[in-house]
Amino acid sequence: MNATGAPASATKDPAAFTADEMMTACAARALRDGMTCFVGIGLPSAAANLARATHAPNLVLIYESGTIGAKPDRLPLSIGDGILAETADAVVSVPEIFNYWLQPGRIGTGFLGAAQIDKFGNINTTVVGSDHEQPTVRLPGAGGAPEIAASCREVIVVVRQSRRSFVDQVDFVTSVGFGDGAGYRERLRLAGAGPRKVITDLGILEPDPATCELTLTGLYPGVTVADAAAKTGWELAVSDSLEVLEPPTSAELAALRQLRQSE
Amino acid sequence: MAEIVSLANAVARAVHDGDSVAMEGFTHLIPFAAGREVIRQRRRDLTLIRMTPDVIYDQLIGAGCASRLIFSWGGNPGVGSLHRFRDAVENAWPGPLQLEEHSHAGMANRYVAGASGVPFAILRGYSGTGLEGLPGLDGQPAIRSVTCPFTGEQLTAVAALNPDVAIIHAQRADRAGNVQLWGITGVQKEAVLSAQRSIVTVEEIVDVLRPEPGAIVLPSWVVDYVARARDGSHPSYALGYSTRDNDYYQAWDAISRDRDRFSRWLAEEVYGETGSLARAGAGGGGCGA
Repeated sequence: MNATGAPASATKDPAAFTADEMMTACAARALRDGMTCFVGIGLPSAAANLARATHAPNLVLIYESGTIGAKPDRLPLSIGDGILAETADAVVSVPEIFNYWLQPGRIGTGFLGAAQIDKFGNINTTVVGSDHEQPTVRLPGAGGAPEIAASCREVIVVVRQSRRSFVDQVDFVTSVGFGDGAGYRERLRLAGAGPRKVITDLGILEPDPATCELTLTGLYPGVTVADAAAKTGWELAVSDSLEVLEPPTSAELAALRQLRQSE
Repeated sequence: MAEIVSLANAVARAVHDGDSVAMEGFTHLIPFAAGREVIRQRRRDLTLIRMTPDVIYDQLIGAGCASRLIFSWGGNPGVGSLHRFRDAVENAWPGPLQLEEHSHAGMANRYVAGASGVPFAILRGYSGTGLEGLPGLDGQPAIRSVTCPFTGEQLTAVAALNPDVAIIHAQRADRAGNVQLWGITGVQKEAVLSAQRSIVTVEEIVDVLRPEPGAIVLPSWVVDYVARARDGSHPSYALGYSTRDNDYYQAWDAISRDRDRFSRWLAEEVYGETGSLARAGAGGGGCGA
């Protein structure tokens, strides 16, 4: 997904922030120092680089273009941006990044976007419409996502929440979350644990430990449960310990805006 | 041994109507000049193969060169949709486009199998996805399962890719036609080795290939045609020679969104050009050695 939204400079209040910046900060906080992270361009890359610039300086960034341990000082504009190759610990071929690095479960966290997501975290980025041959909207397709979803030890999904994106049933399963519920991933012998957090422009959902159903666990300041439910295409489960999420700190905003200067 | 020829000559000799053609380059080193030459020579009924169709195949699809596409991710990176690709799939303009779609891991492994001379590749992949049930171009399941003869484990099998032609862009070749590329090298080596014929366009032809960190060398005897195409990957880039023209990718969104505007682009920037080394079209720029 692309990082869009109003430019931060549009506001005069330095403490003000966009929903995009809130999402990016939440995604960055989900990453721990020293982890390995498979990232795509857009918000995931912004979040991973924000984490590296703030609380996780030893985060290892891996891009599917084959750059391992990339250390860009500005946000790369494409997945194959020259700055990724120039700052990487190693640059490997595309077959190698998928076969040697992703497939055996060496990578900790995978970041995914979604055009549609359902209550079990299954993701569609292929087609809108029930007929794959005659789609209403042809989406880009799978890319690296199916195997990232299967093989990374955990997955973080970033997606803007609406009735169009949060659907009762995805039109096509491009990447597996928890399938039809608890036990599904184990039956398919998928190596990774699946989605750990779904970060939206309203808050955060996490899978219920027993049922694997996505449950609202956090809301941004000023957002209500009713707001979130109105933008969810199924009956939204809400955690008993629902929290209000901390807005981005001034340090996070400064670091993010510094990284964004290249855009 | 590779022949060093003009790009127009290489395309005329290597790419025929009805061929399967893989133009590879993962964001970096995308062979745009060769793609435009294929459009200019009005090749038809091609099966285009590429992990990320990108703007290069949006141009070929919109120009009516392709009947079929084998791919894994069809977007304009960092910008949005490929509008010519979508118009072909959603509205059959300028003609129908039959799809076979995979994941990146599946496509990469298909090239590896093709390059290795074996009929299929194995991987852990596709499990539980809708991709598993989709037919290939021949109407048969494109993604199958195979039992490990040692452990009994079920794994995913995908067929080898062996394109009629592979086309890539590289930084350099020497006068004997040995090719050198470095930076993000994607799946280009596998594409060339899996194909029946190959064309490599290069930024420059030099007397001696100076070693570069992490470089791949494709010996002259596995390449058919080498053609010099300065800035031949624009608006993509060639590490050490040019930078990515991000503005072009943005501008392509508006050009490609509208059929008439795209047709004018085609007439003015592709068919209107003469010579095989003509520049990439509107915008230019982004090439400092």
